[in-house]
Amino acid sequence: MLNFLLSRLFSALIVILGVSTLVFMLIHIVPGDPVEVMLGESSQVADREALRHALGLDQSLLSQMAHYFNGLLHFDLGQSLHSKRPIIDVLLERIPATAELAVAGLLVAVLIAFPLGMIAAVRRDSAWDSGAMFFSMFGISVPNFWMGPLLILFFSLWLGWFPVSGRENLASLVLPALTLGTAMAAILSRMVRASLLEVLGEDYIRTARAKGMSERIVLVHHALRNAMLPVITLLGLQLGTLLGGAVITEIVFSWPGVGQLTIDSINRRDYPVVQACILLISLAYVVINTLTDLVYAWLDPRIRLEEGR
Amino acid sequence: MRLWLPLLIVVLWLLLALFGPWLPLLPDHIELTRILLPPGVHAWLGYDDLGRALADRVIVGARFSFFVSILVVSVSVVIGTFVGASSAYIGGRLDHVVVRIIDIFLAFPGILLAIALAGLLGPGLSNVVIALSIVGWVGFARLSRAQVLSLKNREHVQAAVVLGAGKFRIIVRHLLPLIAAPLIIESTFAIAGIVIAEAGLSFLGLGIQPPTPSWGSMIRDGTRYMLVSPHMVLVPGIALMLVVLAVNMLGDRLRDWMDVRIK
Repeated sequence: MLNFLLSRLFSALIVILGVSTLVFMLIHIVPGDPVEVMLGESSQVADREALRHALGLDQSLLSQMAHYFNGLLHFDLGQSLHSKRPIIDVLLERIPATAELAVAGLLVAVLIAFPLGMIAAVRRDSAWDSGAMFFSMFGISVPNFWMGPLLILFFSLWLGWFPVSGRENLASLVLPALTLGTAMAAILSRMVRASLLEVLGEDYIRTARAKGMSERIVLVHHALRNAMLPVITLLGLQLGTLLGGAVITEIVFSWPGVGQLTIDSINRRDYPVVQACILLISLAYVVINTLTDLVYAWLDPRIRLEEGR
Repeated sequence: MRLWLPLLIVVLWLLLALFGPWLPLLPDHIELTRILLPPGVHAWLGYDDLGRALADRVIVGARFSFFVSILVVSVSVVIGTFVGASSAYIGGRLDHVVVRIIDIFLAFPGILLAIALAGLLGPGLSNVVIALSIVGWVGFARLSRAQVLSLKNREHVQAAVVLGAGKFRIIVRHLLPLIAAPLIIESTFAIAGIVIAEAGLSFLGLGIQPPTPSWGSMIRDGTRYMLVSPHMVLVPGIALMLVVLAVNMLGDRLRDWMDVRIK
């Protein structure tokens, strides 16, 4: 187990280093002079040189990188060009909103996907099954920047049940969470179905049935537990799509999270903040995925024993 | 599910994309008397907030979504397969490095890296293609690497090695044909994904710039007039959804038909 833990942490560390380097390089893909782009063409030469110096862009690439990583280690991400505040403070303000949205979206996804996938698997090839699978196909094909406006149209403008946008109370969380959750529910329900179908074909399920157990106990106690293993891995991987989708969902609903900050900063050409946002969301994803892998190994002794050998 | 409906939608999409330029379309023509006119007998799919015909704009938008997705997927397949297949076949240190690079790219959640790239490169058609391709090749590299790893020790490959075939020849002649089926299926789903991604970037204002119509920016414009003119958000959204749904359904069918399991 220790070996597995160490090797998993080591590769997470390499990915974190790689992601940070890639994010660092982002500023260098800005066409032309990034300082001129950020300040505008009519900016003064003195201002430009001051910013260039402040961002360290007048130094060699290597010393820029050293400075950047040194800053990261001290949680110093530099200053926002727009608000002149430390970027880390701006980020910390935004994290709760995005975390709230992501958790709520995940909850919606799980609450839809599990019943749906289970019904589809148990009633295989029935109308339930094809209905559930069509919903899933539908959910995969409807992007959240259209799902969001549709939900707003029906539930806010026509029925008046939920607010159109903003983050005031629990009611304002409902539509963004639904928007974010349905896309993930679509993929997840397929996985639950496939995984459950595979497990239901195993010998020990036949044995359990032969012993006269009720179908409900066979399903919940015998099948579901083993069927969950691959689903958990997918859940971790899909959280990435969820986090990426949160950026767009936040824009649709004017949700004041990291995603909105990202897009606002792109539009304001506040590139240091853009870099920090991308870094934060990606690192959150790496950490979540590593944790998922560890949980998976903890749940499934086959994995940790195999890797440890 | 029936096959003819998704097939019809995809063929229509393709025809409109290819022959759109010869249709008498006026996507930028403004008729002030028809501002926000809903769909009807004389208005086809209705008019937008500037008095432009939505039908014409949706068709021109179809062209951009089609060419962007075909271009991005082609570039991604070629680069991704080349990197993934040769990395798996050559193995050793090179493979080690490639796996790390793939892991690093996959660490950016969903569309996020494309948003960052498109945002920093600046808006425009070619930057959208570049941003989406930089993100897109990774999936194909991972897939082709996994496939080649499972095939490279087959007897026919060993026979080719013994007969003196070079690495390049073995990859192209003896391995690629065997991994073509999963690559084709993955490409189908990738086309649907890129259609959504292109529209998503345009929705965020990072894609094709106005007045050129894109389904994504049309949806964004529509959200501002949802209370008075829901057709402005519904029309481009339905077009987008139908195309993506159709392509995904064809991909699903193709997968069953070719009997391939992709992890």
